[in-house]
Amino acid sequence: MSETVIKCESVYKIFGENAKKMLEESNGNVDAKTFQEKGCIVGVNNASFEVAKGEMLVVMGLSGSGKSTLLRCISRLTDATGGKIFIEGQDLLELNNKELIELRRSKMGMVFQSFALLPHKTVVENIAFPLQIKGTKTEESINRAMEMVKLVGLDGRENYFPRELSGGQQQRVGIARSLAVEPDIWFLDEPFSALDPLIRKEMQDEFLRLQEKLQKTIMFITHDFDEALKLADRIAIMKDGIIEQLDTPANIVLNPATEYVRKFTEEVPREKVLVIEDVMDTSSNDNLGDLKVSKDEIIENVAEKILTQEKIVAVVDSENNIVGSIKPSKIIDTVFGGRKNGS
Amino acid sequence: MEYLKKYPKLFQWLFLLVVFFALCFAIDVPETYKFIRGQAEFVKDPNQSVYFFLGKEVRYYAFDVFWRLPPLLGWLPIWINDSLFFLMNEWMPMEFWNEDTQEFKTRPILLQISRNLTAFMTFLIELIREILLGGLETIVAFTSWDFIDAYPWLELPGLPWTIVAAGAAILSYKLSGKGLALFAGLTMIYISIFGQWKPSMQTLSFILVAAPLSFIFGLGLGIAAYKSKRVEKALYPILLVMQTMPQYAVLVPALVLFGVGDHAAVIITMVVAVPPMILLTILGLRAIPPEVIEAGRMSGCTNWQLMLKVLIPTARRDILIGVNQVIMVCFSMAVISAFIGAKGLGFNLLLALNQLNIGLALEAGLCISLIAILLDKMSLAWANKQTDYFGNLTFFQRNKNVIFFAASFVIGIILAYVGTFIFKGSFNYLFEIPHNKGISTADFWNKGVDWIFDTFFVYIKAFNTWLIQDVLQPMRALYLRMPAVATLVLAVGAGYLIGGIRSALVVAALTLFIALSPWWDRALVTLYMATFGVVISCLIGFTVGTLCFQNKKSAAFMLGVCDIFQTFPSFVYLIPVMMLFGITDTSVLIAVIVYATIPATRYTIEGLRSVPVGLHEAATMSGVNKFQRLTKIEFPLAFPHMMLGLNQTIVFALFMVIIGAFIGTEDLGQYILKALSDKNGAGIGLTLGICVAFIGLIFDNLIRTWVEKRKKHLGIA
Repeated sequence: MSETVIKCESVYKIFGENAKKMLEESNGNVDAKTFQEKGCIVGVNNASFEVAKGEMLVVMGLSGSGKSTLLRCISRLTDATGGKIFIEGQDLLELNNKELIELRRSKMGMVFQSFALLPHKTVVENIAFPLQIKGTKTEESINRAMEMVKLVGLDGRENYFPRELSGGQQQRVGIARSLAVEPDIWFLDEPFSALDPLIRKEMQDEFLRLQEKLQKTIMFITHDFDEALKLADRIAIMKDGIIEQLDTPANIVLNPATEYVRKFTEEVPREKVLVIEDVMDTSSNDNLGDLKVSKDEIIENVAEKILTQEKIVAVVDSENNIVGSIKPSKIIDTVFGGRKNGS
Repeated sequence: MEYLKKYPKLFQWLFLLVVFFALCFAIDVPETYKFIRGQAEFVKDPNQSVYFFLGKEVRYYAFDVFWRLPPLLGWLPIWINDSLFFLMNEWMPMEFWNEDTQEFKTRPILLQISRNLTAFMTFLIELIREILLGGLETIVAFTSWDFIDAYPWLELPGLPWTIVAAGAAILSYKLSGKGLALFAGLTMIYISIFGQWKPSMQTLSFILVAAPLSFIFGLGLGIAAYKSKRVEKALYPILLVMQTMPQYAVLVPALVLFGVGDHAAVIITMVVAVPPMILLTILGLRAIPPEVIEAGRMSGCTNWQLMLKVLIPTARRDILIGVNQVIMVCFSMAVISAFIGAKGLGFNLLLALNQLNIGLALEAGLCISLIAILLDKMSLAWANKQTDYFGNLTFFQRNKNVIFFAASFVIGIILAYVGTFIFKGSFNYLFEIPHNKGISTADFWNKGVDWIFDTFFVYIKAFNTWLIQDVLQPMRALYLRMPAVATLVLAVGAGYLIGGIRSALVVAALTLFIALSPWWDRALVTLYMATFGVVISCLIGFTVGTLCFQNKKSAAFMLGVCDIFQTFPSFVYLIPVMMLFGITDTSVLIAVIVYATIPATRYTIEGLRSVPVGLHEAATMSGVNKFQRLTKIEFPLAFPHMMLGLNQTIVFALFMVIIGAFIGTEDLGQYILKALSDKNGAGIGLTLGICVAFIGLIFDNLIRTWVEKRKKHLGIA
């Protein structure tokens, strides 16, 4: 695993007057109910995880699950009540205001659900804003902003005001703005939730294209499980401030850790999420047929081919070495087996 | 009984009214009662009773407690007055270095502060004034009178009017475009040709100091209140009272603290103009979506950058309304502060009104209004200005405005110089057209007024007599016939029915203050005039607003008209009515009605506009006709907003009633006016002002509480 960029060690965020004191007294054993009785609301409860360089961690949860609060702790828009957060080895909570601003100016970018564009600035001014705040010369920042305008495909609209743009276009501006300073870490807080489904899909594809190109370290917040599956390297599922499970999409679908997670996975079309590698048999098998499939293929794409085989199908890696095998019946099992209530 | 259950509120109100009228009929008018100019007069009269409090002697006419409460607060104005004098003349004397006499002098600290502040304001005003008109005070301020005597040629020459006009036009062009540039140019030319140049520039220099200072202070305090709950809590009650305090009333204390002149006027203007600016700044900052603030933080803003580049621009809409208010108040005060010796158009206007020279007053009033509109539009354009980064401009294109101004500067000076040859021995019209040497239409207007009087005298007089004898006087008598106890019961009862115990207590406290002050009778007269004005204004405003709302274009047009009318300083409204009705209560009331109709109309249109489109469609699909839609859907939903309009209407009406004292009415305003020339006036003026403010606040509290409840009920809070 490559170097760790974001590291959280038992992070707590508790809202309320005596939150800090109560947390100390509880010795890390935070129970939301007892806290609530004393007038405190638990936002994030004992969150520990790491995000590696270039990795995309999607935090999934329904509203009120504390996912946005967690993100705001890590970007230090709010101060965590307890725990430690490291950004590239620096202790975030120890930074003074000046260092924090420097960190944000050079390393962090953030996209917001409601776009949060400045209404009095045009598209290009909005994008150039973080640069100008940093003190970049006007001409340079505008040139850079124009590059970003092209990157997100808004050419010709650079002099529009946010109010003159559609939701999707506004979020493109938001994305461009967050990328203007070339940050290493990219926070996205439900960036596509306010968009209608067609635009959302378009933006997700666009986002994947960008990430392919830019390879940022990403924390992506969403309440949409499908979106999480589509985008994530790893998914953290949150409920009532607690991370219920943090794993790759395939593992979450295959082995939901709790009942709560399982409910989400039930309706997921597995053939669209899982790749051959997730379901193949790794023990050596001599009785292989002629068909070979790549271990990185999504099941849906090769299911028909495999199902028409009578023999066991060989699974190969990118160098065409055989790494495992898969029975046609396993495909049927995977597609239909997980759905307990048989929809 | 069933009705009782169905409409409990209705019966509670009926019960309240029954009690009120029962009290009114049960309590007889005392035989000795006559309309008292002030419950506690400062002239001695054997019929008066006397009491002492805090060492002050208060004389008053004693009545049955149910009829009129004794003026237990009668000592307050005297006490305020003495305290002010003590603070200014005796409190904390300290040694201060005196520049002129070159020695230390002992002076009370407040007096010293006031003197320094005064000197600073005077310097600012003189600086701008002398740039526009010429003079030597500014140079004296940096050197000394001896220096000037040695070099008599050293004085600021003043700009020829041509340059100022060109400058205004070019600035307007840069800010907005051709339309505003044309308006600016024509305004300046009009002012100059009609011989109003000097007073206009005097007023302008006053405004150019007062408005920016008010803006900065208002914005600063607004931000402080936004950042700190404690500051907000401390400011809020002051803001509330200042919102409804008539501008007149603060003049007198200012007179004591800062003396007479333009500087005092600037300070007092700030006192009046800053509160609305603070309120609107807070309102605007509060309304910023939290994500925008977070976006600013994540962009790496320092606290300053966040405030200047994110928060203030995002709250721009409300802050701009604040600027608009500041400019409005400044021009209003430019006239009112002529009472304490501010020079300029306001002084001319008051003088002309005093001499009943309607033509002159009209010209001065028009000048003030034009400059007000111009500054208002310019500030608006400035805030909405956009930078163009992409135009590949040449040096000339980029700097054309500066170049044009430089050119017109040179041309203006050459013209002025040439003028000295053309108009040898007389006035140099290309430099400055002196007062009364320009074209004047005053005679025309005066003749017009005479003509109107001659032609329509019979009708106007008949109308006037009818209104005063058959409407106003009976109404006034009715108001005065109310026993104090009955009024209190009515006010407190209304407070309780609308907002529960809390409202009842607030209303009771406010009403008691007025009832225990020496001016209850006058407050009733003020109230009667305001009521009359408000009722008619609302009838007109609601009707006009509703009619205009039927068509998008006419609605937008009407709002524009409201904008322009609102920019007129309040005194200007007195001019046309005096033209028609002379010096009578009718004049004041008509001015009140015209002035107060503005908010009534505006809020009606805005309220109706805010009804969601979806509801319109739903209504149309339910098959209602236009009239049904109006009565069943639009009015009920717009009503809370319209009530806020009523609130504004009451405040506007009270302001105008007080200003109407200038024409001569027997209400609180007359006393405020009188206090101006009274050496003990400060306390009286302030207390009277507070009384008027409290009348406004009583209604403000009741209406706002009701609106909030109603909005919650309708789910549109």
